[in-house]
Amino acid sequence: MKALLSGNEAIARGVYEAGVRVAVGYPGTPSTEILENVVRYKDVVYCEWSPNEKVAFEVAAGACYTGARAIVTMKHVGLNVAADPLMTLTYVGTVGGLVAIVADDPGMHSSQNEQDTRNYARLAKIPVLEPSDSTDARDFLVAGMDISEKFKTPVILRTTTRVAHSRSLVELSERVEHEPEGFKKNPPQFVTIPAWARPMHVKIEQRLLDMAAAASVSPLNRIEWGDKKLGIITNGIAYQYVKEIFPEASVLKLGWSYPFPDDLIRQFAAGVEKLLVVEELDAFIEEHVRSLGIACDGKNLVPNVGELSPMTLQTIRAKMEGKPLPAFGPVEQVKTLPPRPPVLCPSCPHRAVFAALGKFDVIVSGDIGCYSLGASAPLSRIDTILCMGGGISVAHGMKVAGEKKRVVGVLGDSTFFHSGITGLLDIGYNKSAPVIIVLDNRITAMTGHQDNPGSGATLMGEPAYQASIEDFARACGIKRVFTIDPLKFNDTIALLKESLELPEPTVIISRSPCIVNDRTALKPPLKIDPAVCKRCKMCLKLGCPAIEFTNGVVSINNLLCGGCTLCQQVCRFNAIS
Amino acid sequence: MNDCVSVFLTGVGGQGILLASEIISTAAMLSGYDVKTNEVHGMAQRGGTVIAQVRYGQKVYSPLVMERSARVLCAFEGVEAIRAAHYLAPDGLAVVNQYRIIPVTVSTGAAVYPDNIGDILKTQFPRLCYFDATAKAIEVGTAKAANVVLLGAVSKGLEMPEETWLEAIRKTVKPKFIDINLKAFAAGRTAV
Repeated sequence: MKALLSGNEAIARGVYEAGVRVAVGYPGTPSTEILENVVRYKDVVYCEWSPNEKVAFEVAAGACYTGARAIVTMKHVGLNVAADPLMTLTYVGTVGGLVAIVADDPGMHSSQNEQDTRNYARLAKIPVLEPSDSTDARDFLVAGMDISEKFKTPVILRTTTRVAHSRSLVELSERVEHEPEGFKKNPPQFVTIPAWARPMHVKIEQRLLDMAAAASVSPLNRIEWGDKKLGIITNGIAYQYVKEIFPEASVLKLGWSYPFPDDLIRQFAAGVEKLLVVEELDAFIEEHVRSLGIACDGKNLVPNVGELSPMTLQTIRAKMEGKPLPAFGPVEQVKTLPPRPPVLCPSCPHRAVFAALGKFDVIVSGDIGCYSLGASAPLSRIDTILCMGGGISVAHGMKVAGEKKRVVGVLGDSTFFHSGITGLLDIGYNKSAPVIIVLDNRITAMTGHQDNPGSGATLMGEPAYQASIEDFARACGIKRVFTIDPLKFNDTIALLKESLELPEPTVIISRSPCIVNDRTALKPPLKIDPAVCKRCKMCLKLGCPAIEFTNGVVSINNLLCGGCTLCQQVCRFNAIS
Repeated sequence: MNDCVSVFLTGVGGQGILLASEIISTAAMLSGYDVKTNEVHGMAQRGGTVIAQVRYGQKVYSPLVMERSARVLCAFEGVEAIRAAHYLAPDGLAVVNQYRIIPVTVSTGAAVYPDNIGDILKTQFPRLCYFDATAKAIEVGTAKAANVVLLGAVSKGLEMPEETWLEAIRKTVKPKFIDINLKAFAAGRTAV
């Protein structure tokens, strides 16, 4: 049977077909839908959202030690968090297959950087597989399990946004079970004290050579001979653009790009007159091709910033042929159009916190999540965003540096559980005095509403203990811990004012549900009485998409308004009811 | 690019663009074509512009549409039609919903929403189908079906038989919404 599947759905299907027993991860665009689809097979695959990627990776490692096949999913920056277990699991090796699915985001559609995960494969000396469409995604997950078990290595399946979120046809197969044999005690294999780790390193260097030989004859890498005048080495989604724009060229498609299949690269290069490497982001393949003494074009023509597209390739082709460059880009009138950036949703409780922070001259250290939109105008109330958990620790860093202004750290509930707790422990331990606000909407919202340790349910739909942010804060040594409804706006401002004046840290848990996730929190829409409205535009400073200002009239769009009453509370003329 | 058919859909988060893309790709699959689609997820869905692309033919490589190559551009909102105009082929059909969603940038006074969208669309698109799909959707029962009303108009610009479209709708939407969506589709087909 054929099905039209996204790359992420196809990976989930591969997880099922490959007999995987344990599937774990932390949400992150563009990887999130993998586990959301694997959970459809929860009768045969244990699934969980772990608190963060490091924990998830360790859970997958433990599962594979018992002989079970396991996967772990994350976005590219998640692998930074999980790098510690990865770098030593590569020494230990796997028993059951372990594939880490890491989704890169060239073009930064929904990310804070566009790091290229292939560099981690080289650092960890493990294979990286790069699917070009959904059929590849399913096939490479299954092949990755076989490679992992054959060479006793963790494997990275690296997707990119355009592979993860594109749909294409996949021929489905049935599940093949892989029964785990149980953990077999063998300290020199599993215990990484120096005496046992040293021989492990010798082993993985040999493994790298063995895998390079295997990659050269693997069906995951293939030559498609065409015109011998131009040969293109390519990978991932770039392969699809190459086939559209250079249909006549010979192509070496690298699905198993590291360890590099040297024999195959040499054979291909010898068969063509001119060689071009087309890859997104870093010159990962190109630099290796050059190191083999093979001349090629690459990043002299192909951008190393942002994502590629058919248009980029058409421009490269024109350059190579000395033809005029095609004039791509929007029509002239676009310059006059109003931009439409993403914004906090109407009735989002986070808006009240940023509006309250707007009353004070403070520095706000933000974090990764929906609330990063608090940085945009007109709220403009986030001053720094570094990484998950950084909302707390960066605030602490500013305080210990002697920053004169008051500092506020802001992060979400899921981010607090992810890596905010350790930062708060630092504040309690080393005694700085920022105000930390946890925007607790009881869900991991930005990635599409995944459960987390505070939400009261597991990925598999079972009820769960709701971890208490208040208890965590007290356990870290914070004495001033408050839980508020941010939409009681004057109270929110009053608590902030009091807390900012004190020489000790305060944790404010701003608890109000995400209205997109919890529709029961919606209330009837408000309206503005045009006879009473003085057009002072105080309500417009909230940046609520439901409040419109056209032809000199301020009005509320009743299809968008969720009745949060924040605008009513900031209106000085009682024009909103 | 090769002779694949490309359709470019654009609008604002929450307008049902992804369902429309799914119906088009299902219809193409039922017609025996190779199909690829691409959608945006994540940050872009928080009130920002949302784009979906569908390509079908004997063999499809790129899921992304080449600029100036789409046979149909379907815009769920006026301003978004112009923002994506460069994707439509010179002889392509533009289906545009006569509906405005005011961006926050306009309400805060940082930008202006053009009051002559209809005129800009006419100069931009030689083959234009500009109508109030939301009003037609309300006529058949719910404003939410505006996406399938637009799809009815889109279907006139693509060469798949009507019965295939109807089957794609039946396969894609929830059973209790099939009837209303079939009516919405029929209403859209009369708009071109």
